[in-house]
Formats: sequence, structure tokens, C-alpha cells
Amino acid sequence: MKSNLPLILAFVSGLLIIVAAFIPHKPFGMLEETLTNWFMIISSFAILLGQFSLIQVNANRVAQRSPNWQYYLAGLISFAVMVSMGLLWGMEKTPGLLGQGESVAANLGSKPFDYIFENIYMPLSATMFSLLAFYIASAAYRAFIIRTFESNLLMITAVIVMLGRTSFATALTSWIPQSLSFLRLPQLTDFIMQYPNTAAQRAILISAALGVVGASLRIILGIERSYLGGGK
Amino acid sequence: MKAADRILIERRIVFLVLALAVALPLIFPLGLKTIGTPLTKKAYDLVDSTPAGSVVIVSFDYDPSTVTELQPMAQAIIEHAWSKGHKVIATAMWPQGSQMADMAFEDVQNKLGSKVYGEDFVNLGYKVGGMVIIQGMGRNFRTVFPKDTSGLDYDEIPLLATIKSLRDIRYVVSLSAGDPGLKDWILTAHDKFGVAVAGGTTAVSAPGFLPYVNDQQQLYGLMGGLKAAAEYELLMGYEGSASLNMNPQSVAHVLILVLIAIGNVRAWRKRKTARNREEASNA
Amino acid sequence: MPELMRILGIWLGAYFTLSIFSFLYKDNPFYKLAEQIFVGLSAGYWLIYTIYNILVPNLFNLLITDFANNWILLVPMFLGIMMLLRVIPSAQWLSRYPIALMVGTTAAIYMLLAFKSDFMSQIAATMINPFKFSSGVDVAGSILLIVGVLCGVYFFYFSKKQEGVFAIPSKIGIWFLMVSFGASFGYTVMARISLLIGRLDFLLRDWLHIIK
Repeated sequence: MKSNLPLILAFVSGLLIIVAAFIPHKPFGMLEETLTNWFMIISSFAILLGQFSLIQVNANRVAQRSPNWQYYLAGLISFAVMVSMGLLWGMEKTPGLLGQGESVAANLGSKPFDYIFENIYMPLSATMFSLLAFYIASAAYRAFIIRTFESNLLMITAVIVMLGRTSFATALTSWIPQSLSFLRLPQLTDFIMQYPNTAAQRAILISAALGVVGASLRIILGIERSYLGGGK
Repeated sequence: MKAADRILIERRIVFLVLALAVALPLIFPLGLKTIGTPLTKKAYDLVDSTPAGSVVIVSFDYDPSTVTELQPMAQAIIEHAWSKGHKVIATAMWPQGSQMADMAFEDVQNKLGSKVYGEDFVNLGYKVGGMVIIQGMGRNFRTVFPKDTSGLDYDEIPLLATIKSLRDIRYVVSLSAGDPGLKDWILTAHDKFGVAVAGGTTAVSAPGFLPYVNDQQQLYGLMGGLKAAAEYELLMGYEGSASLNMNPQSVAHVLILVLIAIGNVRAWRKRKTARNREEASNA
Repeated sequence: MPELMRILGIWLGAYFTLSIFSFLYKDNPFYKLAEQIFVGLSAGYWLIYTIYNILVPNLFNLLITDFANNWILLVPMFLGIMMLLRVIPSAQWLSRYPIALMVGTTAAIYMLLAFKSDFMSQIAATMINPFKFSSGVDVAGSILLIVGVLCGVYFFYFSKKQEGVFAIPSKIGIWFLMVSFGASFGYTVMARISLLIGRLDFLLRDWLHIIK
């Protein structure tokens, strides 16, 4: 019951989707539509689960006074502030429990949720990922060493593409005559992206598609059960 | 000086040089101009050739971390769509996308003048599920979006009066930073329901989407990264943030290549020294 | 007041931006605090949007305003609650049912669409006549495309050891993959630098007003 019924559910839902793809009429089309709507609602609860897990883990760390527990407390406080601002006054055009919060928005310039989003969340999110620029520069200096023919090929392509996608590209190779214009950097970059790059990416897509089909069939037929987790 | 300390100092010098390479062209623009590419032109032509009055979707499948690349694309596409008389539905596969959509609509209205919400544009908000939800849209649009973000019922929105399913949409432009995103729109909206799809992605994802730009027209053009955003602005006839940001982008690319060259020269010299030492000890 | 809050907002943005950037020097309390605040705000944001954009309009509003026609939505609601029981160790097994439903649905949809779009359509897109183009560059490129796809797919065939003459197409496939990885690297550099440009633009324009 605990392990067989989920496998049956996975099989039935998978089979329904497959049959509905070939017979879109009643009842299969209607059942598929119902299933896709239910999927959205259940996925939302999965997101809620993620939040609860985060609160649980952080709260345990604070309660047990783990190393750096103060920071986890700050995380919990910021979570609570964001949720309460959103619940009370909503965001953008969406009203909250206390309506649209016109008086609060008049003082802040926007709703509290939106204010926090624009002035704290957006800078944090953008800056967190912008650190990668520095790491790629450091990696370029330390790690991108040419040793073999294949790495030569990789680096030559990277050089052409990196230069070709700059605003200098036209100026660097404008001296090349029109008859050999395909060797100019912008055109050469377009050629590389359109042909050899597309060829390799297409090969990856085709191979991965076969892998997806195999994995999906294993899941639907109950051969692959790792998604159920361990235990009885 | 210990090797570890030397490596640390070198890293910090590289970081500082990169920061300067990006900051200085921002402060002192070089006035470099972008030229267009066929891929961006294809996406532009899709929007340009669609008749007035068409209802279209712009899907904001990204978050603030990629706003520098994708927000200028969003603004340019919305401006183009409105100039052609299209009615724009904003959807989002990422929760932050809904607010990115509101920001984009506001910025374009500040430039072009106010548009009527519900008639010229509407924000239907975030829905979770990727491909599954797009499949749901293909069957019944109302079931997926019973209300918009302000709480208006589906029937109260004039723009949606003629929209029963995804098949009533003329084209979809997905601005995508990852998964779920453009791939889900291609596989479902185009390949299953026959709706034209164009895409704007971060530069990281762009090479992987090129196989979809083919004779089957799985993708009607692809805008990859900041350069493509600048190209779309060029096609629209203005120099926006993307075009201006191509100055530091270009300088930084050259810096990365210089760093790679320096790193390889150092590695070659190290290998040569090691080889000479080995030969000397064998001799 | 709104103007003061706007200026405060910019200073908050600058503070958190510099806090994150301080990690480049070394890990420090400012970075740690900013990181955890980001985690907390991110989680809160997702929760609010999930509630207001999905659960309220697609579930609760329909159940409350028109229960007679929407009572069937109680089923996904209960399945969702079963999903939440995953936090209780003794009731974890209940979450298997909604997970199985979701996994089965997703697997089937992905299988059908991936086979059509990533397999059939991509093979069809490769079956081109390279000599239909008038330009020599496009002819050469199309031939490269066909050869590259065939050799690339051949490379991914791992069921039999590729030796001798059978290893040649695999080698060619690797070369095409290396070219693709080089292109991807170039584009990745472009993406990462773009992220930094955005942040420095904010600091120099909006905060310090060095750029007008």
C-alpha cells in the first residue's frame, strides 16, 4: 500500500497523459486538463513544503545555538518581515488582508513588500550572481591553460566568439576584403554559432532526448523508484 | 612570500583590474556601436510582421539576478509590440517575473505614454509547473488564469475576451534565465499547439537554443545576452541601457582574453623551466 | 517622506551590494548577514507569490465562491496537505502519493514532448540539402552541420567500445563538441560580465551619481 499505490498512481497519471496525447477527446482530454490543473495546486504545496523545511532547519540552528546562529536568526526575521508585509498589504496591484495599503504606500513610495523587493532583494540577488564575473576572470587567469589539440580548439573558438560579440569586432577585421567577408569577426562568429556549435548542441539534444524517454518510461513503469525516497 | 599568499594577492589584483575595466568605460563611454545579427533580426521580424490587434504573450521567466541582460529586451519587445498595436499578456514561470513585468510595463509607459490596463496589456502573474501549465493553457486559458494579479476576473478583462486557449495567441516571446523557461514554451506552445515562439535568454543559455532555430521554425529567432538586447534597441532606433552597457562589456572581454594569454604564457614558461631542470638533472 | 524613503532605499541597496562584494576580499560578518537576509527574503517572496498568484485564485477563491462546481478541487488540496506532512517523520510516507502523481505526469509530458521536439524535429532539421544554398559559406556550413550532428551522436554511443577506424567519427564528434564548448565559454563570459555591469552601473549612477 505504502510503496505499491504510489507506483500505481505514477503509472495511471503517466498513461493518462500519453493516451490523451493521441485521443484528446472526452474523457481523456478532460481528465488530462483536470490533472494539469491539480499539478499546479500540488506544486504550490510543494513550494510551501520547501519554506517550512527552511524555517524548521533555521529554527533548529537558532534553538541549539549552532555556530553563526545569529545569522540564521536574521534569516528567519527577514522571512517573517517579507511574509507579513506581503500578507498585510499585498504587492503591486494585489491587495492584502488590510487592502491596498494606500496610506503606507504614500509614505514609502510603494507598498512595503515592493519596497523591500526593489531596494533589498533585487540588489542582493543581482550582486550575488555578479560575483561570478570575478571568479570567471580569476579562472581565466589561472585555469584556462592550453595543453592538447582539443583544448586549443576550445580556446580558439572562445577567442573568436568573445571578440566577435564585442563592439570592437567590426573595427578589428574591417580590413579583410569583401570577397573574404566571412572571415570578418562578426560573420565568423555567426558561422561558428550557426553551424559547428548548432551541430554539437543538436547532437547533445538528440542524445539527451533518448535519455529522457528511457528515464520517463522507467518511472512510469515503476522500474525507477528513487523519487519515492527510502524507508517503508 | 608564500605561494598561497602570492596566489591570494594575484586574485585580488585580477578582481580590481576587472572592476576598473568595467567601471571606467561606464564613466567614460567609448561611443562604440553595435551591429545587428540575423538571429535578433528574426525575432524582430516576427513582432514586426504580426498584424495590429493581435494578442501576444511575453513571458517573464527570470529573476532580478539577470535583469541587466533581460529587462532591456523586455522593454524593447513591449515597446515594439505596442507600436505595432499588439495587446500584451504578461505571464511568469518564475515568481519574480511578475514584478519584472510590472516594472517593464511602467518603464515603457513612462517613455511612450500611458496605456489602458486590461485593453492594451494585462499581467496574469506567476504560475508554477512549466511545461505542464503551458499544456494547460493550450487546452483552457481561463482555467489556468481565473484572475489577473489585481484580482480582476477573467471575464472582466477585455483583452482576454477572444482568448480561449493558447492557439488564439499570435506569438509568445519568452525571456528566460533558466528552467522553467524558453524550452518549455518551444516544446509545448510551438511543437504541440503551433504558436510562434521567439526567445530572449541570458548569454549562458543561448548556444543551447540555437538548434531550435531551424527550418521547422521551432524558434523564430533568439536574442542571447546583452549584445542581443543592444541589437534589438538598435533595430528599434534608440540607444538604451543595453547599448550603453556594451562599452564595458567589450572592454571586459578583451581583459579576459589578456588574462587567458598571460596565464598561458606563465604556464608555458613554468613547463619550460621544469623541462630544463629535468634535462639538467639527467645530464 | 517618499523622497526620503527613495534615498534610503538606494543607500540600502548600496549597503547590501557592497556587503556581498566584500566577500571578494574575504568572508566576513557583513557578507554572512547579507547572505542570510537574502535567503530569508527569497523564501518569503516565493511564499507570498505562491499564495497570492496560485493558491488564492486557483484553489481557495474557487472553493469559497463556487463550491458546488469546484468541490473536486478538494482532492488536490488534500493531496497538497499530504505533501506538507513530509515535515513530520512518522507521516512522511503520505507524501509519496502526491509526489508519485506529479512525477508520473511530468515524466509522461516530458517524454512525449522531448521525443517530438528534441529527437524527431532535430533529426528533421538536420535532413537538409546543403547544396540548396547559393552561398559557398552556407553550403560548407550545412555540410559541417550534418557531419557534426552525425559524429556528435556517434560519440554518445557508449554501448560498444570504439576502437580503430570506429573511433574516427567519435574523434570528429569531440572536436565539434570542443568548438561548442568554446562558444559556450565565450557566451558564459559575456553573461557573467553583464551581471557585474548592472551592479556597477547602479553604484556609479544611482548611488554615487558619478554617471549622469
